[in-house]
This record gives sequence, structure tokens and C-alpha cells, in this order.
Amino acid sequence: MFEKIIPHTVTPERPATTEGNFYEPKQNKIGSGMNERIQKLRKLSVETQPSLSIERALHETTFYKENYGKYSIPVLRAMNFLDHCKKKAIYIGEGELIVGERGPKPKCVPTFPELTCHSVDDLNVLNTRELQRYTISQEDINLYEKEVIPYWQGKTQRERIFSHVPDEWRAAYEAGLFTEFMEQRAPGHTALDGKIYRKGMLDFKKEIAGNLAKLDYLNDLEATDKAEQWKAMDISCDAVIVFAERHAELAEKLAKDEKDPQRVKELKRIADVCRWVPVHAPQNLWEAIQMYWFVHLGTITELNGWDAMNPGHFDQHLTPFYGKEIAVGTLTREEAKELISCFWIKVNNHPAPPKVGVTARESGTYNDFTNINLGGVKSDGSDGTSEVSYIMLEVVEELHILQPGNSVHISAKTPDKFLHAAAHVIRQGHGFPSVFNPDIYILEMLRQGKSMQDAREGGCSGCIEVGAFGKEAYLLTGYLNVPKILEVTLNNGINPVTDKIVGIQTGDPRSFKSYEDLYNAFLRQLQYVVDQKMRVSNYIDRMFAKYAPAPFLSVVIEDCISKGRDYYDGGPRYNTSYIQCCGLGTVTDSLAAMKKHVFEEKIFSMDKVLNAVLKNFDGEELMRQTIINRTPFFGNDDEYADSIALKVYNDLVDTIDGKPNIKPGGKYHLNMLSTTCHVYFGKVMGATPNGRLAGKSISDGTSPSHGADTKGPSAVVKSLTKLDHTKSGGTLLNQRFLPSLMRNEEDIKKLGHLIRSYFTLGGHHIQFNIVDTATLLAAQACPEDYKDLLVRMAGYSDYFNDMNADLQQEVIERTENDSF
Amino acid sequence: MHDSLIFDIKRYAINDGPGIRVVIFFKGCNLHCAWCHNPESISAKVEKMYAPAKCIKCGTCIAACLEKAISMTHDGVVTNPDLCKVCRKCADVCPTKAIEMSGKAMNVSEVMDIIEKERIFFDQSGGGVTFSGGEPLIHSKMLIELLDECRKRKIHTAIDTAGNVNSDIILEAAKRTDLFLYDLKMMDSDLHKKWVNSSNKKILQNLKTISELGANIIIRIPLIGGVNDTVENVEATARFISELAGDKKEVNLLPYHNIAQNKYMKLGKSDDFAKLMEPDKSVIAQAIIKFNEYGIKATIGG
Repeated sequence: MFEKIIPHTVTPERPATTEGNFYEPKQNKIGSGMNERIQKLRKLSVETQPSLSIERALHETTFYKENYGKYSIPVLRAMNFLDHCKKKAIYIGEGELIVGERGPKPKCVPTFPELTCHSVDDLNVLNTRELQRYTISQEDINLYEKEVIPYWQGKTQRERIFSHVPDEWRAAYEAGLFTEFMEQRAPGHTALDGKIYRKGMLDFKKEIAGNLAKLDYLNDLEATDKAEQWKAMDISCDAVIVFAERHAELAEKLAKDEKDPQRVKELKRIADVCRWVPVHAPQNLWEAIQMYWFVHLGTITELNGWDAMNPGHFDQHLTPFYGKEIAVGTLTREEAKELISCFWIKVNNHPAPPKVGVTARESGTYNDFTNINLGGVKSDGSDGTSEVSYIMLEVVEELHILQPGNSVHISAKTPDKFLHAAAHVIRQGHGFPSVFNPDIYILEMLRQGKSMQDAREGGCSGCIEVGAFGKEAYLLTGYLNVPKILEVTLNNGINPVTDKIVGIQTGDPRSFKSYEDLYNAFLRQLQYVVDQKMRVSNYIDRMFAKYAPAPFLSVVIEDCISKGRDYYDGGPRYNTSYIQCCGLGTVTDSLAAMKKHVFEEKIFSMDKVLNAVLKNFDGEELMRQTIINRTPFFGNDDEYADSIALKVYNDLVDTIDGKPNIKPGGKYHLNMLSTTCHVYFGKVMGATPNGRLAGKSISDGTSPSHGADTKGPSAVVKSLTKLDHTKSGGTLLNQRFLPSLMRNEEDIKKLGHLIRSYFTLGGHHIQFNIVDTATLLAAQACPEDYKDLLVRMAGYSDYFNDMNADLQQEVIERTENDSF
Repeated sequence: MHDSLIFDIKRYAINDGPGIRVVIFFKGCNLHCAWCHNPESISAKVEKMYAPAKCIKCGTCIAACLEKAISMTHDGVVTNPDLCKVCRKCADVCPTKAIEMSGKAMNVSEVMDIIEKERIFFDQSGGGVTFSGGEPLIHSKMLIELLDECRKRKIHTAIDTAGNVNSDIILEAAKRTDLFLYDLKMMDSDLHKKWVNSSNKKILQNLKTISELGANIIIRIPLIGGVNDTVENVEATARFISELAGDKKEVNLLPYHNIAQNKYMKLGKSDDFAKLMEPDKSVIAQAIIKFNEYGIKATIGG
């Protein structure tokens, strides 16, 4: 069955049965890591309190004051980026091998006032709030108030967006029927393919110069626009070159003052590496990692795109360098692992920039969702695992840090050995890695119209969303609160929480003669809400293309250079807008409850159910218990509920999928993802007919409602795979496992079999939380002792202590698959 | 087509034979072990189970009972067993499932439908179905039909049995099953009588018989502190197993956990747990060493 694992790839064994799994309080000891260097870097990264840097905002404000109006917007953006790279503080930390920070030091986050400008109140809240705190000095707050805020008032992207939205949209948005990603950050969610390991900035500049030289000003209508785009791209290449060169200079300077000869050697090497990349294509593993890191920093400094940046199939990209160097003896496995560990810590040094307003409730986390793909298939369809994949799994296991997120990609061609090694890491309970199925997501991409090769080079970024890495703008536009749409339907277009009109009138449900009447009303309401969502998303798309282009990101995403178009303006080969649908479990169970008890068995009248729901089942415990215990719910391999889920899912697909966005050839698709938005969506809702009480979370992703699945994980898997996952751009299944289900090698193998079964049946993604309730309760009671308790939430992991009480409660309530 | 009383079906069972399995629990047992974890498995009749903690005292069951067997008390509802006809009406209407009936008559086709739902997991994991109980072999007619049907459909089968049946029955089963999970409790017949309410004569003989036939057998020994974890019993057990015909047998030790009290309460039965203890860790370790000395591979759990 499973091959025997060669010893050096086995991750360190820890008893899974002890409470909290691997967890041991640190008691001021240096944390884990392969050696002293890594342990120190990790300790610094983990223990540094995230803070805000106003440096970028000051540079940008000064630059805009002097230059706005003098250049085209793309050129202005690129010059602004270059200006900041020339001036920003450069940091090389003690013992670092991979260098570069977005801010002036680790965990120090810049702001992006051109998108959304924090108010003094915002800064004060960020500085003082308990969760996801970002410290900032009073002096900086004063300076921000004096220099930054006055200039940007009335000019930010956020203000532009909200000043133009129609009233219908605003009503639906305020009711929590959907969210809008782009009011806070720029569209992002992208990952790179392998081109930056074959081409340096000089190569890109050459391509750009060639295109400029060939430009046909006499016949090409877009010639002027293209010229401006290319000039901007060219300038942005210079910006990252300058940024790297300044690291080389600092390394040389530090080398002069350094006493330790070993460190002098390292600093000189850093200088050499930073002079070679990103100017040229990398020649060895060190340069390859540093190359990616500079590109990563460039894209997240230029603009604040969602989900930072992502190297995609990083193991596959590094494998040729690793193989070549191991063969000639210029690198050892240990050295490679040390460099990769340094990179991992670099990503962890970069918390997500803080948001303001409503979306702070949606997704409370420092995590910026870089999701490194391990394993999977190569572009020729063959198995993508290599020794580097195993090294990365070891690094994940040993460092157990919040970022970068990582996932294993298990195709039918992936060896069981790799799945088993990954299951070992899953068992340790860090919340990593999540597990994806390339055989299905490649089909998802083919269905969306990608070429086979582009689909195979793609994968999953952010949480679970699928994309053609390095060739696609796949923008998440916002979450759709599907159970809320049902709630509005049950109230004939009124939001019962506020009594405001937020939807269309689809009839008083008391007049409905059949379940079909109810369902059709729901469907009409759904179509109305999706239309509202799309019209504003399209409009925002144009705003970004016009006011906030991303010339550097455009350099590294395929076809932007050849088309002379920006990443946000249809430049990439593929242009997708996703709507993320939440609460399939809640809406299915609610429909099932009404179908069974109101329309079929007629135990309760529609009027009685609607009244009970309106008063949060107060005095209606008999009804609520009957519904909870006597309704077939989604997740139990029961046709009654599963067929309703399938119908809802297919109707969501039909309503969203294939609708044009406003980029050439671009389309809307859906994915079934909630991140932590199901908590926020639950809060804006009253009780639902499935017995869920007002304010409680709705179900996450495509997972069953909390506690609704009572037949174990195999039944959940069967229910989930009645949906055709290839119609989506990703589904999400959370399964919480207690350590008792993974006591020994045999159990771990069986977890692998469960995964293989799910994927054979067509599942897209599954993730496991290996924790027990006692651990979680203990962590709630005594947070200090559980500082590094990582919990897999919904497409990403977070520290349990960094979650608010609602999220913590949600983790505790998730169905426990206790020992059978 | 025969039917039998089934009291539970568990999916994603990972501790009852190879791979991911479905376990079919037959109701009714011809032994009565003092430590039984599934007290509802002992009686071969449908039984009413009541969980006061789940009861919201709505009285729905009282209204539904045609026999007027149920009455409300301060601590929840009480059923008069002399009046109760075990008709299920109360369980059917109970909104919280505080009242549930243990035992449902199912036929081969109904059981096979559930087994088939899990086929993908069998295929991927080398799993299958385990027939447990109670004592599956006292439901031999239904069991044989199920075994034949599984063989026809190429589904791996295991029988979790205590072996206390006439040899012709176990021989028929042995012809049809892929694996026995064979419970062996203790070697001394008098002690066996005391704790298990039956002699161990048939049990030992049947184990010898199926070993000689070459059946695949994993021997499972519940290890109960103060009952069968003595040096004498472990030694005698190891010797007996080492002398069995065929390949060296594998032994799973199942240390006793006192987790079933709640179930006894639900059934309205008392238990005799006072004398039962969880075995000492060192005693378990010693037992493993002893089995190893006799060349028997012993593991905890399984």
C-alpha cells in the first residue's frame, strides 16, 4: 500500500495523543527550527508585535503633491513605486540569508492611502485593540494627521467607489447580503508561474523596449495608451532593481563592520545575489528564492492587492536549481532547507495590512493568505513531487508559523509516500497543510476555457480559489450571503433585522401553495441580489483599471506585456471575477426543514414557522428541536437533503457562471468559499428555519452546518461529491479530527485513504483540524499558555488566541469526529 | 430473505479490521460480560432507551402513547414496562430524540444498501464490512446471506465474534468470511463462567477448529483490571494461542475503559462496574512482553 518512507524525509515524531498534540509551552526557550540561525529568526518573527509604518504613505503623499497631473496614471504609479524604492528604509537582519522587507523592519506594515486612508480614529483603534493589534506611535499618528490624511481626503479609491454606488446596492450591502472586497484593497489573489526563474528584469525590459519600438502610432487606436503602459512597466522594473541594489550596498557596508568571518562571507554572498537578481534570471537555489522574494515584495509594495502574492508551485520552480546544485556539489540538502526556512520566516514577517470598517469583522486575521502549493502535477501532466516538496513539508512541520499557508496537491499520480508524509504533518495539528485535488481543479480550469498546459501550471491560491498561475487575473469580488437571500425571501423583500426593503417582492410565503413556489421565489431573489452585486463589481473593476493600475504586477503576469494592458485592464491571458457563495449547508437545511415539516408532513404551518423564526424560536423549543432532530440535513449522505443542496448549488452556478465581466473575454465564476465571513454573515441574520438561532454563524464553505453531520466523515464526503465541483472555481470542506482518530500509522494511512476517496469521487479540497475540545477550552481559559496553537479555520490557519470569542466558539462547535 | 435486529451501523470505522470499514451491529448476545461496552447489544429484543438530559418535558410522548405507559415526573418521563408494548410511537414523535428505540429489524437488501454507500472507501483503503454485535453468529441465517452477498459483490468481510456457538455455525461462516476478529476473554472456565455467564469450552474449541481450517484470525483480548490481566491468565492465553494451527496469530489488546455507564443508565439498568478497573499501564506492557515471548505479535487497540 504505502511505500516505506526513507528516513531523512520523515518529519519528527511527536505523540499526537497528548493534549494539544505537539504543543508545548515555550517558557522563553528559543522556538523550533532546524538550527540556531533559523530558531532565532523564527523567534524574532513570531514574537515581534505587528506595527504600522507611515513611511510609504509619507513618500507617496509628497510624490503625489508634486507630480499628480504631470504624467499618465500608469506612469505616475510606476514613478511613485520607483521613488519609494529609492527612499525606503532597507533592512538586513542579523543572521538573515534571504533579505528584504516591505516595511522598514519585520512585521512593520505600510499603509496605502491611495486606496483607503486610515483616519486618526482608525489608527487609535488599531493601536489599542486587543485582537490583530498594530502598534503605532503617537508621533506617527500626529504626522499622519498633518501630512497624509488632508491630502487624500476625497481622493481615495474607497471614496470614489462609495460615491457612485446605487441605492439598491447600498441597501443590499448594508443588510449583509454580500460584501465587496475592492472597497478595502486592490484586486489581487494571484500567483506566479515559472517565468521569473527564466527571465530577469533586463529581459522584461528588452521585451518592453521591443514592443515600444514596433508601436504603430498611425494605425493602432490604443497606441498611446499602450506606450504609457509599457513606459510604466519599464519604470517598475527599474524600481525593483534599485530596491535590490540598495540591499547589496547595505550588505557590503555591514560586511565591513562585521567581526565574524562566517557572517562576512554570508553578507558578501547576499550582496552578490542581490546584484544578480532580479536583474538577471537566477542561476542557483539561493538566487531563485531571492528572485521570487524581490518580485513578491515589489508587487505588495506597489499596491495592496488581496492575498499578497504567491509563488504558486514553489517546489516545482526550485527543483531544477536544487537538482543541478546537488549534482555538482555546490549545495547540500541542509543548506537548501536552511534557505527555504529563511524564506518561510520572511513571509511570516509580513502580516496583512489592516483594514477599516465592516470587513474588519469579516476576516480578522494577520494572515495574508500566501498559499504555497506542494506536489501536484507538472505542465506535462506528470507527478510534480520532488525532494524539495519533502523539504518544504519538513519546514512547515518544524517552524509551525502562521504564514505562509501551504497546501499539498494530491493527484492520482502523486505517490502515497507524499500523501502519507503530508498526513503526518496534518496530524501534528498546525492546521497545515490543506489538501487539494489537481485532477479536479484542472478540469475546473479547462471548463473555464484555459488551455491544458495553463491549467496544469495553475493551482489554488489564497484559500481555495483556482487560477492559472502567472497568466490570470482572478479577482474575488466578495462573499454572497445565500441564507440571507432566503431570509429576505421569507420576508417578501424586507430585511427582518432592520425592517428595511433590501430585495424585490417575491410574494408572501404564507400564500405559497407548494415547496416549488417557495424555491422559485428564493431563486428570483437570488438573481436580483447577484445582479446588484455584479453591476457594482464591474464598475469597481473599471475604477482600478483607471486609477490604480499595477504596472509591476503586469510585468510578471503573462500577456500584459504583449498586449500593452494592465493587470486590472484585461492584460492577463485570462480574466475572471469570482463571487464566493456562503452558507450552502444553512440554506439547504432550512429549505429541507420547510419542505418536510411545512409542505409535506404539514406538522407546522408556514405562518407558525415564520413567526417562530422572527422571534428567534422563543417559546418554540418543541418546533426547534423537532426541526433539528427530525429533518434530514446536508452532510449525511441522505438524498432528501443532498438533492436540495445540489439544486441550490446548480442554481448558484447558473445564476453566476459565465456572465461577462467587462474585460475582453472575461467571465464571472463562483466558488464556494467563506473564509471567516460566515461568522459576519451569521451576525447580520435572525434565526433560520433549520433551527439556527439569530446571530449564530452560518455554515462555512461547502461544509455541513455545525453539528448537522452525524454519520461521520465518509458520509460527509459522499454528500459533498454529489455536487459537480468542476462547475465551481473551488469548494471548501472543513473536517475537524480529534487526535484520537489518528493515533498510529494505520490511522494516518486511513486518513490518506479518506482523502483519496474524496478526490476519486471528485472533491476539490479538504482540510483537517486535529484538535480536541479540552485543548480549545483550555486555550480559551488560559491564552498565554497556548500562544502558538494554530487552528485551521476556513481556507487558512490562524492562531486560536488571535480569534475573537465568536470565532473561537465556532471552532469549538464544529462537529467533532470523535473516536468511533 | 431473512431479517435481524440491528442496533447500530457505523461508517468510517477504523478500528475494526483492515482499512476503512462499515460495522453492522447485530442485537442479541449469548454471553453477558460484566464489562460489556454495548449493554443495548445483549438483549435480542427492541429496547427503549431514554436520555433525561435531552428531554425537554414537552409531553409529546405521553400524548402519543396508546397504552398510557408513560408518565411525567420531576426528573423526566417514566415508562411502565408492564404496559409498554415497545411500539416505537413515543420514539417516533420525541422532538429531541431523548427517547430512542434500540434495535431495528433490517433485511439483507437494506443492510447491503448501506454497505454499498461506502464502497469507494473500501476500494481506496482495502476496507470492507465488519459484522459485530452482540453476537453476529447467533443471527447465522441472516449473516450467511450477507456474507454470500458480500462475496458476490467482492466486498471484504470480517466477523467480530466471541465464538460461543455450535461448531457447524462457525464452520459455515468460516467458509464465507475473509477474517475473524475473535474475542478471547479468559482461559479458566470457572472464572469465565463467573464473569461472562458461560463456559469457555465452545469458544476455545471453535478457535482451534477455524485455525486448523486456515482461517484468517485476529484475536482480540479485552484487558480488564482485576479480572483477566493476571500473570496466570496472560501466560495461559499466550500458550494457548501459540499452540494454534496455522500462521502465527496476531493479538489486539483492548484495555478496558469505563465509558459505558451512561448507556446503562439510558437503558434503566444498573451495572456491576464496582469491581472493574482500567488495567495498569505496566500490566499492559508486561502482557505484550509475554505474548512476544511466545512469538505472538501483540498491539494495543485495533
